[in-house]
This record gives sequence, structure tokens and C-alpha cells, in this order.
Amino acid sequence: MSERLMIGTRIRERRILGGIRQSDLARQAGISPSYLNLIEHNRRRIGGKTLLKLAEVLNVEPALLSEGAEATLIAGLREAAGEQDGIGAELSRIEEFAGRFPGWAKLLADLYRRNEALERTIETLTDRLAHDPFLADSLHEVISAVTAIRSTSSILVETEALEPEWQNRFHRNINEDSSRLTEGAQSLVRYLEGAPNMDAEIKSPQDEMHAFLAARGFHFPELERDIAGPRDVTRLIEGEGATLSSPAQSLARDVLLRYLTDARSLPLESLLDWIASLGLHPDRLAEASGVDLATLFRRLAAMPEEAVGPVGLVICDASGSLVFRKPFDGFAMPRIAGACTLWPLFQVLAQPQTPLRMRLKQVGRGTETVEALAVSAQVIAPSFDRSALMQAHMLLLPDRPDADTEAVALREVGVNCRICSLASCVARREPSIISDGF
Amino acid sequence: MGKKVLLIEDEPNIIEAVSFILSRDGWEVKTHSNGHDAMQVVRMRAPDLIILDAMLPGKSGFDILTEIRGDAALGATPVLMLTARGQTKDREQAERAGVSQYMTKPFSNADVLAAVRALVTP
Repeated sequence: MSERLMIGTRIRERRILGGIRQSDLARQAGISPSYLNLIEHNRRRIGGKTLLKLAEVLNVEPALLSEGAEATLIAGLREAAGEQDGIGAELSRIEEFAGRFPGWAKLLADLYRRNEALERTIETLTDRLAHDPFLADSLHEVISAVTAIRSTSSILVETEALEPEWQNRFHRNINEDSSRLTEGAQSLVRYLEGAPNMDAEIKSPQDEMHAFLAARGFHFPELERDIAGPRDVTRLIEGEGATLSSPAQSLARDVLLRYLTDARSLPLESLLDWIASLGLHPDRLAEASGVDLATLFRRLAAMPEEAVGPVGLVICDASGSLVFRKPFDGFAMPRIAGACTLWPLFQVLAQPQTPLRMRLKQVGRGTETVEALAVSAQVIAPSFDRSALMQAHMLLLPDRPDADTEAVALREVGVNCRICSLASCVARREPSIISDGF
Repeated sequence: MGKKVLLIEDEPNIIEAVSFILSRDGWEVKTHSNGHDAMQVVRMRAPDLIILDAMLPGKSGFDILTEIRGDAALGATPVLMLTARGQTKDREQAERAGVSQYMTKPFSNADVLAAVRALVTP
């Protein structure tokens, strides 16, 4: 049933809510009761003066009858229904539902949105608890100190005739451990006090480095110039990067030096020309420009968004730890480790030099799909006393149904197991707190 | 001379306390404080029991346990694992790797002593 035809349903609902008889409304609006009856049952189109008159009599804004507050509402309901497509919500009757029961429909859409927001919060906090090196180290420090104090104090209390030398030693140990415990506890309190402010959570060197890159949109014009060199990287680190911690500066320097090398292999102007003639098709671009796919992925992720549109990139090392993350709307990434094993990023680690393309939908994140292209490549060559360093790259692009992607299967993936509700997943490492609870 | 216990733990004061209670109970205690070369020490000492911390610098206790179980000469050695991580998945990981007993920090001295006595046949 079309939106326009639902106007009749809304008129009927409003009339009944106002306790007005059909014949009275018809008379006041200057139309016949039989015509109003046809309108109310969505069997006649309505607009113009009749709509304005009916709205006036019903004492509502005409837009509330013509569009309802329903456009957003219906979009919200569709989103909720799309997320739970196994339940069998009657999508064909979604407008009727919103028209007949606007309060219930709004409640449902609001609950869905609230649920979405809560899941995002859980996601952030879970990621933080599971992978935050600062939190893990602090808790380990506190538990170790408590263990040592408990064990040592038990010895002092329970050992009869403990030699003075041992007594002194254990007293000293308890004193040391209680100082450690105090420092650890204070440090944890300071950290957790900052927890509600998500902006204040940048702690690890990786987080600092990514925030530094994100502030520039992952694009550095200084390094795109023909004459750019390592000195420009140093200037960037000593300038904008001066506030970074030393480990973060080291990480940022490595990323920018690789940026510089990539820019020399495939200059910005050349890449934009290739894109203009071939479109945003990484395989064609790599073939035409002569660079490997991994380099091309990094170059695409370094282009200004206004030139190429949104491009995301994830790079992991052979252990599966994410070493580089350029965010992409509609595709969430954990901060360091524990990402969903079903991502093609990890699949290509087992098949070096064999690229993989998939369309991905993340469970619990609406109906949005993305195009993912992954390749694993050697970033440092092996030598006699050193094995090769492999990294996998996964480029994320907006899903654009065309001849290239139509035949590509859609895969449902998660962010990480703890917050993923994907049922019967063969790759599950641990139960989900979304589907199984804490 | 008592049976030999090898304590692999990186916290000096925990090492001192556990060594003390075991020594007083008649065990011969040797200690080591990093994971990196722990397997060499295990092979050299050939202990009757290993007390192993899960989080060690250089190599995790889980990895060391897996190596011990994969070693024909050491595979049957009882291993008591001590860990600050009490999550089910960590316990399951230790069980899969073949731990003899798993104990969460902070522990009581009496529990450690009871576990050691139970794991080593006199």
C-alpha cells in the first residue's frame, strides 16, 4: 500500500481519536459521507483543498495527514525489520502498521534505536576491556600485588617461631607490595573516571597514532609532492605529532615513511587520472598502474575523500593483530585484536598473493553492506636469518551493485565474537554477550 | 632431599612467599622468572612438579604448557597453573593445553600446598 493511499487511514484514526462521527466530519469538510468513507478506506486519492479542510476540522497539521510523522518512523521500522529478518515481520504492511498504530510503531522504532545505541556502547566497552593494554596491565599489577600481600601476610600470621631475618624480609615485601597496590589502584581509578568520556579513552600508542592520522583524514599533501622525502616525515612528527607519546611517534613515523614510498610508486595525480578513466576498480587500477594490490589499497586509502569517496582499510599482521585501521561507515573494527575470523582479511593470510573479493554485512549493524577486497602480501622479504613479514590488507568500499560485484556472494560477518549474535557460527571463539548474556 | 618443584613466576615477592611455604613443607624449590627460556630450565631441572604462571614475559604459560605436554620426556609432569585471569575461556584454554590443576590469583597458601601435595605422589 503506498504512502499516499495511507492518508485515508490516518484521517480515520484522527477522526476516531477525536470522537467525531464520519457524517459530521464529512459535513464540516463539505464532502459527502460516502466520499469520506471511500477516502478513509484508502479507495480515493486525496489532496489539495479537501485535505486542508479535513486537517482544519480535525485540528491537525495537513502534513501530519499527508506525510504523517511516518516517513522517519517507517524508515526506522524497516531498519528494525531488516535486522530481524528471520522473525517474519510483514514488511508489505509496514505503512498500514505505522498508520493504524503510530504510538506502538514509534515505541518499536525507538526501542530498536535504543537497542542499537546500547549495542554500540557494549561494543566499545567490551573492546576496551578485552584489548585495552593499559587496563589489562593495571589489573594484572593490582592482582599480583594482592596475591603477594595475601601470601606473605599468611606466612607472617601462620608460621610459628619465624626467624627475625624472614620476618623483616616479609615485612619489607608487604610494604613494597602495598605501595604497588596503592599506585595500581589509584591509576585504575583515574583511568575509569575518564571512562564515560569516550574522547578521553585514547591511551595506547596505536590509538594515538590512528587519531593523528584521522585528524588529517589519512591524507598528507606534504608527502604527495615530487620532492617530498623523509625530512617531511620528520617535520610532521616534530610538528603536529609533537604531542604524541614516543611509542606513538615511532608508529606514526613508520606509517608515514611507507606512505612516502607508496606515493613515489603511484603519485596522486596519476592515480586520480587512472580512477577517472577506469573507475574505482582496484584490480583494473593495479594492472594499469603496475603496482601491487596492497600498495594500491594503501594509496586509495590515502586519497582525499572528496576525490574518491569513502574508502576504508584494515591491515593485520600474521598474528591477526590489526596494525592499521582507517574507519569505514557501516563496518566496525575492534581496536587491536579479536576481530571476526570470517573477515576475508584473515582468509587471505592462508593464501598469499591470491586476492579475495566479498560483499559483507555485519550482524547487528543494520542492513548496510560493503564491498571488501583483501590480499595478503610480503612486506619485508626473508633472508637467511629472518623470515618474511606478511601482512594482509582489506580495502572497504561502498557496496555498488554492478557487473563486477553482482556475482559476488554476500557474507554475514561480525565485529568480534563477544558482541556478535550470528547463530551457529563455526568460527565462534567465545559466547556472545549479545545473544547469550553475561 | 624432598621432591623437586620448579616455580616459574615473574613476581619476585610471590616467588619468595611460595618458595618459603613449599621449602618449609620439605620440597626442594627452584625458581625461574621468564617465559622466554623456561623450557630450557624445565628440561635441565626435570622437576617432579611445575608451578607455572600464565602471564610471563617472553612466552605465555599456556604456550609453555603446550610445549611441556608435547615433549615425550616431560609430558607426564604435573603442572599447577597460577593465573590472574579467572575467565572461563582461560580455564578452558589451560585445560585444552593439559593443565593438571588451575588456580586463580590471589590464592591461599594452604590451597597451593594442598594442590602440590595432591599432584605429586610421595
